[in-house]
Amino acid sequence: MNIEGKKAIWKDYQKEIADDKFYYVRSCVRQNFFPGSETAFLKIMREELKKDVYEHPCHTTCTGIGYHSDIVPVETTMTVVARQFAIMNEAGYENLMPSCITSFGLYTEILDTWHHFPEVEEKVRQQLKKATGREFRIPKNLAHASDVIYKFRKEIAAKAKYKLINKNTGEPLKVVDHIGCHYAKMFPSKGVGGAEYPYVLAGMIEEWGGQIIDYPERRHCCGFGFRQYLVQANRGFSVACSKEKFESMKPFKPDMIITNCPGCPMFLDRWQYVINEMEGKKYGQNEEGIPVFTYEEVAGLVLGYNPWDLGLQMHQTDCEPVLDKMGIEYSPEDKYKTEVNALYSESHNLINV
Amino acid sequence: MSKQVIVIGGGVAGLEAAGQLSKAGIEVSLIEKENKTGGHLNDWYKLFPDRRNSSEVKEYLDGITHHDGIKLLTNTTIEKFNSNKSHFSIITNEGKELTADAVVVATGFDLFKSARKEEYGYGIYDNVITSTDLEEMFRKGKIVLSNGNVPKTIGIVHCVGSRDEKVGNLYCSKLCCVTAVKQAIELREHLPESKVFCFYMDMRMGGAFYEELYREAQEKWGVNFIRGKVSEAGEAIDNKLIIKVEDTLAGRPLKMEVDLLVLMAGMEMSEGGKKISKMCGLNTGENRFFAVADHHYGSNRSNIKGVFYAGTCTAPMNITETISHARAAVSEVMDYLKNVRK
Repeated sequence: MNIEGKKAIWKDYQKEIADDKFYYVRSCVRQNFFPGSETAFLKIMREELKKDVYEHPCHTTCTGIGYHSDIVPVETTMTVVARQFAIMNEAGYENLMPSCITSFGLYTEILDTWHHFPEVEEKVRQQLKKATGREFRIPKNLAHASDVIYKFRKEIAAKAKYKLINKNTGEPLKVVDHIGCHYAKMFPSKGVGGAEYPYVLAGMIEEWGGQIIDYPERRHCCGFGFRQYLVQANRGFSVACSKEKFESMKPFKPDMIITNCPGCPMFLDRWQYVINEMEGKKYGQNEEGIPVFTYEEVAGLVLGYNPWDLGLQMHQTDCEPVLDKMGIEYSPEDKYKTEVNALYSESHNLINV
Repeated sequence: MSKQVIVIGGGVAGLEAAGQLSKAGIEVSLIEKENKTGGHLNDWYKLFPDRRNSSEVKEYLDGITHHDGIKLLTNTTIEKFNSNKSHFSIITNEGKELTADAVVVATGFDLFKSARKEEYGYGIYDNVITSTDLEEMFRKGKIVLSNGNVPKTIGIVHCVGSRDEKVGNLYCSKLCCVTAVKQAIELREHLPESKVFCFYMDMRMGGAFYEELYREAQEKWGVNFIRGKVSEAGEAIDNKLIIKVEDTLAGRPLKMEVDLLVLMAGMEMSEGGKKISKMCGLNTGENRFFAVADHHYGSNRSNIKGVFYAGTCTAPMNITETISHARAAVSEVMDYLKNVRK
């Protein structure tokens, strides 16, 4: 593989990412799936990078899952999104930073639709005004939260306590990066590095000492792909998708998987357990699974946060093999002793601290 | 005093036009940006459909341009273009001024840059090559993978950069299908143990003896033709390429392993042509090639009186069509000099 070829493509897909004053909108599902990730993100942004990140208690779902499941009509979705913009404007912010990849994709799709069909935007404006009395402005900048961590990857590296390096061998950890489908597959120019060879997570991994693995099923769906999972009868297909990826990446002996989507880490993590139950098969080295992380969790580990404060005890595929390789000190006994707001040095109201 | 014509481009069309003009007693300045004439012909090994060596056609073109009436300027580009009442002058990159009574634009085509079809991994995966790369291997007589091994399974992808809205090329490049058939046969000749698979959208075998070549590829050489476009390529741990394609005749997705993947790059308006177009104010069409005055009876005429087109700067053509088009351009130039400009 010729990395120079990829670098040439990465150059073509650079996007503008705001520097400060972010309006953060949360994912509907991430706090259940990996509860430490968004909290860790806010701590990194506010305490490590000293950025202004604002959350509004009244923001809602973007309706992305309902939209992609054909439950919520597109006009309703657009009006809900318009309301998100309106309350962002009311709070005095212009840079929208969604936590969820599907939300990011949906916001991108709606802004593109309005760009090409201004009459649709006008209709939505009227609907929002009629329903809520609100008005909105288009965000000045739209960047997914992983774009923002990518932007500040060097600053995080400068504060790093640990690197993505195997302390026993001195070799970089081999990392599979899995990008959510809605990040750039619909609008390649809106993703760092484009759709075919995205750089958003690869850039973090490179900067933090790891080595990215390119494997044949790199582009394949994680197995969430709403129709595979939300329709109960299709769930076998969901496991099959994940299995396809694990089989394809296994020969490259990955140490870990990093993701930037709410659903991907959930399915890549949980289905490893299910496949092991069904077939007695594990895909990592030494008869272990391949630990799966969100990018916030990886950033938190690099910065030296306590793995259990990051919520790694919630993973079904044990994360300890990676912690051991990185030389992270942790207490096995404390694994399930959860402390509320443990990530913060003092008690914080997470909303608008 | 004899008339003077500037021919821009020393590929097949430019050479043919220059040769025919000089035969008619015209003084020709032939401008070529490279250090030798011949254009893409120099990159090719054998030509379809008769599989003759490309050097034979080059010899013919060199023969007709070996004429006192032709002044050849290689390594030359045009920096300025002026037209004044049917009088043309050009300033070259070396500051030389050339004047003429008419101009023939024969700037040809560029091959589509296959790296733009990112999903095929050209420039990233070692064993993804283009049709031109394969021709070079044929000329060297050595078809090997990046590790020096001989490929056993070879995939050929048609329509790379042609009939593709995603890259902005809606048109058919016309020659990629027959090039694929020719190269598939040559691969089987060079590597009798190999298996060759062509992945196509439609087989467009519109030229003389093309269909016969297609039949020969299947019946005599056992080339497999699968109707479906490759959607992506990836590299496995052993450097083999994993490709995904929908077999639209079988109605099912297909995933297979190949050692070598050959991309049939399409044709695009050349960068040189784009520069000339801007500099001279010559119109281009939706396909970005030069826009001809009339598709039926004016395909050599431009929007500027006295400036004519020859060959693939107007649309994809094979060599036969290019030579005919260049001769037609010469006929238009002669008519213009005799009856219009006087």
